[in-house]
Amino acid sequence: MTDVLTPVLTANWGFDRSWTLASYESVGGYRALTKALEMDPAAVIEEVKDSGLRGRGGAGFPTGMKWGFIPQDNPNPKYLVVNADESEPGTCKDVPLMMASPHTLVEGVIISSYAIRANRAFIYVRGEVLHVVRRLQRAVQEAYLAGHLGKNIHGSGYDLDLVVHAGAGAYICGEETALLDSLEGRRGQPRLRPPFPAVAGLYASPTVINNVESIASVPSILANGHAWFASMGTEKSKGFGIFSLSGHVTRPGQYEAPLGITLRELIDLAGGIREGHELKFWTPGGSSTPMLTAEHLDVPLDFEGVGAAGSMLGTRALQIFDETTCVVRAALRWTEFYKHESCGKCTPCREGTWWLVQVLAALEKGQGSEADLDLLLDQCDNIMGRSFCALADGAVSPITSSIKYFREEYLAHLTSGGCPFDPAASTVFATAGANA
Amino acid sequence: MTMSPTTHAELAEIAARYPQARSGLLPMLHLVQSSEGRITPEGIEACAELLGISAAEVSGVATFYTMYKRKPVGDYHVGVCTNTLCAVMGGDAIFERLKDHLEIGNDETTPDDGTGRTITLEHLECNAACDYAPVMMVNWEFMDNMTPTSATQLVDDLRSGVEVTSTRGPRICTWREAERVLAGFPDDRADEGPSAGPASLVGVELARENRWTAPPTEADGGAGRTATTKTGAAEQADTSRAESEAKADESAVDTKGSTGDDANNTDGDTKPGTKPDTKGEK
Repeated sequence: MTDVLTPVLTANWGFDRSWTLASYESVGGYRALTKALEMDPAAVIEEVKDSGLRGRGGAGFPTGMKWGFIPQDNPNPKYLVVNADESEPGTCKDVPLMMASPHTLVEGVIISSYAIRANRAFIYVRGEVLHVVRRLQRAVQEAYLAGHLGKNIHGSGYDLDLVVHAGAGAYICGEETALLDSLEGRRGQPRLRPPFPAVAGLYASPTVINNVESIASVPSILANGHAWFASMGTEKSKGFGIFSLSGHVTRPGQYEAPLGITLRELIDLAGGIREGHELKFWTPGGSSTPMLTAEHLDVPLDFEGVGAAGSMLGTRALQIFDETTCVVRAALRWTEFYKHESCGKCTPCREGTWWLVQVLAALEKGQGSEADLDLLLDQCDNIMGRSFCALADGAVSPITSSIKYFREEYLAHLTSGGCPFDPAASTVFATAGANA
Repeated sequence: MTMSPTTHAELAEIAARYPQARSGLLPMLHLVQSSEGRITPEGIEACAELLGISAAEVSGVATFYTMYKRKPVGDYHVGVCTNTLCAVMGGDAIFERLKDHLEIGNDETTPDDGTGRTITLEHLECNAACDYAPVMMVNWEFMDNMTPTSATQLVDDLRSGVEVTSTRGPRICTWREAERVLAGFPDDRADEGPSAGPASLVGVELARENRWTAPPTEADGGAGRTATTKTGAAEQADTSRAESEAKADESAVDTKGSTGDDANNTDGDTKPGTKPDTKGEK
């Protein structure tokens, strides 16, 4: 039986100057790299495959299998690209990881690049987190000086160059093929697949793209073995993950636990819903995952459990809202976000998100009729699954799920001629009132 | 105004970091903003010429990303997250208060009164700090757990020249200096600020208090790669509170003795993987 919380990635976050090479090496950092470089690259891939690690960026695709898709007989160079464009509303795990322990990621990058036989790697980090960019730049510089990067790493004959690349503000660049276009110096717009990036990715060459947390999990797997990793979590969702609690809980923050923990357990660890209030709705993995309610408190937070409950595990971005929150306001704000972030390539998404905002905004003001709910659902039906990437699918999630669970609340906006909620009551400074 | 030869040389330096030069375009545009204060027609031409693409292609990229600005930006770019969670937690109220206080609207800049400390106000989408809601950013540094009062104080401090420090980061630099770092030219502030803010550490501190760890491994007697001694961890920790708690933990362990795995543990420290099983006592 594993413990309730299992800090691995977060274990060193509180240490003095944890972002430095000296601190990281003092807790065993870069020993996994030494071990990996003594193995055959294919054996490293096998180790990650056997661990059962699934992508931590939301989709949950098996990481080792993704690496195995890289055609080693392809004459083009291979590339590893880390998706550090953390932008999904509610998601806030990769940013603190890179701020507190950038070397965990850098070591993971080197091992992973070695496994897929890449000599060039990139960390594509969103531009709006300046101090994270600084800590990554410094970590890469330190790693070069220590011989963990560059030519003939640890005397192994293996070479790797790593560039930290700052984005410029576009949610869509978290989508892997849009990220590649952006990294090639273009507008960040998704590509049609196939071909998949493993075959034709960056510069039309074989490319692996993984989330920060996936890559950062690799050193611990190499150091401790696949069986150790797989001893945590559930049957098909192995290992640990960072669960990010935000919103109306007593102690929001990062909780690293085996996959399969429940929201009831996590809220308990977080000191409960804020005093005097109760849970109303929550997202299991960011705004693109359909919202759930108090009836789902005991759903195991693994890929299968959340899927069976009609949503997705996503990025374990648990946004918690209590009964003071208007669900229509929440859905409208998320919809405005998707409209703003739609890259414009596919018509159902570009036009559809615009129309969703029109209808929702009117409903929120108490205008329109009950038939508009069916209109909204019909629009969602015409958007879902009809674009190159999953942004549009994510855009309809808040609407369809909120109508499913809170249809009466939409109607209350119509009968009361506007929003029946006081937005001040949901703020963190609600009790301070006008003095806040 | 013409761009300096230094800027031209640095643009070329960025392009040379990549296997294909065009990959440098995003950082190059950050450098244009640092040098010129915004994306200028001249900056676009310079990038196009260096990369051998048309100015229209560069413009197409520059207009796609929200961090690139066609209008001059103030010395301090002040962002307020108004995506759903932050909005609900107070971001909407903060943004309204700041618009009133600064007498400007979204994406507008305060007039320059000669002090050289202007502010551009903008509402932001999710900035990946939801556990610190409501969140603001100043020149893309985190300002956590804000209120309307602390937000107005913040902008007043910025305008009056008081040195402002990110709640979990360094001293705030100017917007143009920030853009230079994003272009890949580091400043010397990486070592400023803490490892992590308080919310980032709630789980790891709870684990320490409850003696929860990842499972032991055979290879190293149970320490695991990220494990370290509790005392060592606490002495390095940012807060004295964690230190006293962990030391209390350690003494509790000492009185209970240790497991057989400790045979190899010559320094006498308790490693997480060798903890006594305290769960049965609860």
